[in-house]
Amino acid sequence: MSVDQETVRRIAHLARIAIEDNQVEPLMEDLNGILAWVEQLGEVDTDGVAPMTSVVDAKLPLREDEVTDGGYAHDIVKNAPQTEDHFFMVPKVVE
Amino acid sequence: MAELTGLTIADMRDGLRGKKFSAKELVEAHIGAIENARMLNAFLVETPDKALAMAEESDKHLAKGEARPLEGIPLGIKDLFCTKGIQATAGSHILEGFEPPYESTVTHSLWHDGAIMMGKLNMDEFAMGSSNETSYFGPVKNPWRRPGSNADLVPGGSSGGSAAAVAAKLVPGATGTDTGGSIRQPAAVTGIVGMKPTYGRCSRWGIVAFASSLDQAGPMARTVRDAAIMLGSMAGHDAKDSTSLKVDVPDFEAALTGDVKGLRIGVPKEYRVDGMPGAIDKLWQQGIEWLKAAGAEIVEISLPHTKYALPAYYIVAPAEASSNLARYDGVRYGKREDGEDITDLYKRTRAAGFGAEVQRRVLIGTYVLSAGYYDAYYLKAQKVRTLIKQDFEKAWEKVDAILTPTTPGPAFAIGEKSDDPLEMYLNDIFTVTANMSGLPGISVPAGLSDEGLPLGLQVIGKALDEETVFRVGGVLEDAAGFSAQPDVWWR
Repeated sequence: MSVDQETVRRIAHLARIAIEDNQVEPLMEDLNGILAWVEQLGEVDTDGVAPMTSVVDAKLPLREDEVTDGGYAHDIVKNAPQTEDHFFMVPKVVE
Repeated sequence: MAELTGLTIADMRDGLRGKKFSAKELVEAHIGAIENARMLNAFLVETPDKALAMAEESDKHLAKGEARPLEGIPLGIKDLFCTKGIQATAGSHILEGFEPPYESTVTHSLWHDGAIMMGKLNMDEFAMGSSNETSYFGPVKNPWRRPGSNADLVPGGSSGGSAAAVAAKLVPGATGTDTGGSIRQPAAVTGIVGMKPTYGRCSRWGIVAFASSLDQAGPMARTVRDAAIMLGSMAGHDAKDSTSLKVDVPDFEAALTGDVKGLRIGVPKEYRVDGMPGAIDKLWQQGIEWLKAAGAEIVEISLPHTKYALPAYYIVAPAEASSNLARYDGVRYGKREDGEDITDLYKRTRAAGFGAEVQRRVLIGTYVLSAGYYDAYYLKAQKVRTLIKQDFEKAWEKVDAILTPTTPGPAFAIGEKSDDPLEMYLNDIFTVTANMSGLPGISVPAGLSDEGLPLGLQVIGKALDEETVFRVGGVLEDAAGFSAQPDVWWR
């Protein structure tokens, strides 16, 4: 399988990365190089093999559903590019 | 007090407790070494004031005879670890200036045990690289050069700053993280020891996530003993990381008995790859002879899916990265580029904030997870991963540990391999299997290449059996007696 220019643009949109027109061709070549290389996995017979979900034999722990942390909004927004009254500021999203 | 910087962690521990020098003197010597080595570009942030304040605290503990396990030991921290109030960038422009409001569990444990923070260490952007060349803040230079040459070599990656700082004696130990080889590969090409523990041994909480099912923190130091000492403080269960294992932390240092009599060591034939330099093969053979002479039994084994580990990794890791890196959106932290609307803001922010390799991996990851391709790529890779793990499980029926080379070659020149992503990926060919199967592995400096550069041997062990890995590593270290040092050209 390989990707065309249209697919590169679509993936970039899904990944929310802006790409310039002159980047599409080199990116397509890079991605196709990597995809052609991983194609060798097709040689491996994986019929009846369960996909790995956890690399160690451990059950996901459960805990009580209760608040255990919080109360420091100032710290949370401290690194944000734009805030107001402990809210993150973004361009208008609802008309 | 320059000689203080040459001591091992174990020697520093003895010297501090025996009042031969103070934590303050030890820290001052290392501050000087770090200041004199800025041309290596190993440190992104130096924290001398914090280090001196922590040293004062350590000297109080020492005076009272209440030394904690790492009391007064100066350490460097890979910039992937969140450190409260001290910039953590993960080597990325998008996180430039980010000062975490919290401390990672691993670094918190180190400070709790008396270690001293010397600063933050350069790395490949978001740990994606094998040469430290993808760092937004410029490549780190390997303290080693080819004899008679002034060409700068890479220190490996992604924990390249950590490796260079330890090799150049700017710190006796540093934290690293290893997703496909990022501790062991740089350790090998800088002539130091690097240990990736079992997945789940160290908490991932507060470590900037790359590929969550593969990432694991570990120590980098100049001796196997020092790495064992550090891991004792880094490891342990943490309720804040749901994949952290609820198991006791053994006394790793006590595992260094030097006795491998009767231990069965596997040598996997699939690790003998085409085009491997003769020196690597020779060193591997030498490692086999060393272990045999120490009384171990060498067993030829087969890990038939080895060659598929790297391509499967380059599906799994980018897939997880594309998901983990979705959080960098220019809203909650990090850089922002303004846009016409929110989507445009995201896109411009991520285009400006991520470097080329990170963008490439996010795009690959997005593609293999996208509708219609998930089964063909991601699911297939996860099935192959099961087979890789089963290869090891079968091997453990016959052997107690496995010996391989760490890397397919020594350090290369800056710029030499940066044009071809696939060629760069091949650096991790011998290390990535341990990540794919969650196993502990160590790289120990074992010899020099034909051009006089360090090479490492790797020991892989059973899950949660770091003790055997350290023990075998210690025997290799003793047998190799690696004493070569880089010439000091960076002062």
